[in-house]
Amino acid sequence: MECVIGVVGRDFAVVAADTSAVQSILVHKTDEDKVMVLDSHKLMGASGEPGDRVQFTEFIQKNLHLYQFRNNIPLSTAATANFTRGELATALRKNPYYVNVLLAGYDSDVGASLYYIDYIATFHKIEKGAFGYGSYFCLSLMDKLYRPDMSVEEAVDLVDKCIKEIRLRLVVAPQNFIIKIVDKEGAREYARRAYTDSPPEAATSEAATVAA
Amino acid sequence: MSRRYDSRTTIFSPEGRLYQVEYAMEAIGNAGSALGVLAADGVVLVGEKKVTSKLLQTSRSAEKMYKIDSHLACAVAGIMSDANILLNTARLHAQRYALSYQEPIPVEQLVQSLCDTKQGYTQFGGLRPFGVSFLFAGWDKHHGFQLYMSDPSGNYSGWKAAAVGANSQAAQSMLKQDYRDGLTREEAVALALKVLSKTMDSTSLTAEKLELAEVFLQPGTGEVQYQVCSPEAMGKLLAKAGLSQPAPEA
Repeated sequence: MECVIGVVGRDFAVVAADTSAVQSILVHKTDEDKVMVLDSHKLMGASGEPGDRVQFTEFIQKNLHLYQFRNNIPLSTAATANFTRGELATALRKNPYYVNVLLAGYDSDVGASLYYIDYIATFHKIEKGAFGYGSYFCLSLMDKLYRPDMSVEEAVDLVDKCIKEIRLRLVVAPQNFIIKIVDKEGAREYARRAYTDSPPEAATSEAATVAA
Repeated sequence: MSRRYDSRTTIFSPEGRLYQVEYAMEAIGNAGSALGVLAADGVVLVGEKKVTSKLLQTSRSAEKMYKIDSHLACAVAGIMSDANILLNTARLHAQRYALSYQEPIPVEQLVQSLCDTKQGYTQFGGLRPFGVSFLFAGWDKHHGFQLYMSDPSGNYSGWKAAAVGANSQAAQSMLKQDYRDGLTREEAVALALKVLSKTMDSTSLTAEKLELAEVFLQPGTGEVQYQVCSPEAMGKLLAKAGLSQPAPEA
């Protein structure tokens, strides 16, 4: 049950995501980073088909790097978002990527921004947003608690409230989350949130020893 | 065989020269000249129209100045039919970029893409290079106002003031002498007209023979504006600069 959350504050943006790699009813790992640092000042939180997600975010990242090497100037967040949307729209009629993206970035001229782009190439510039089952809780929480002039601490606190609600209400809530931020200093990991209760002890070899 | 290395564009002469490319540059030397001046608040392009016959209909007000995108224009010197092909490519590339990124193309990228096309025709056999030099004037958020010059070989470079076409050497040295940093657009226009008036072949400078285009930021909105000077306004500018000839005596 994937969750990707994004919030824009006064001069920064936060992107958070769960870190579970799930296949059918199985959890394969709990430290999968779904928020890619695209370049020095851009974050891409993605959800969707795991293979598509990795392939697509890397494709966008490498295209961004190519642009920077070729032209010696970075691509703005808005331009990157439009490029990403274009790639999804082109793919949609051929061989679609099943990926939903929250793109956050910081530009010296326009400040922090956040873009919502889903697998059918919907494009929105937003202040707060979420993907996945978690969005059912997060969006209403953010509607109530979000303010455009939030500080980093306040925004992370809001994200924490979202994570808490997901854990409380979602049938199979992910265990761990990662929170990254981007501001004028750049894009970086801010914190990780781990499920505090230790998982129930796995059925050990006790039965086996008894049998032996 | 003296023409051994002339006939193909792709073959170096023993001295390491590409004759066809040099001939293309020569062709531009006969074309009406154009010059550009970079000002603090804009870019100015001035061109000389060669009036070949008085019977020729001069319906279009601008035949040397072309808008490529809303933030980007160019002046042409050389073979017009070649230039039209390149202008089409340039406009296509600018709109493709806008479609991909929903942002205007940075000026240097447009210039570079066009020069890549030009370069191709100096390397791949059986083709003739484009006999065109361009002066590009534009604005982007990365480097502000910019002026670039390109030649048939596919070389390009950024300038504060540059000239192409007939007598461009003389114009260039005059610009070098008279240009100073931080010119206003008005001063740049005056400088460009003065230089062109001295380097043009024809003795009388009239509004009909000149073209002037400017790229600048709209005061208030901050939007990039491309403006071509009307013949009437040009007449006034010439009079103001003291360059217009007295009316011929009856």
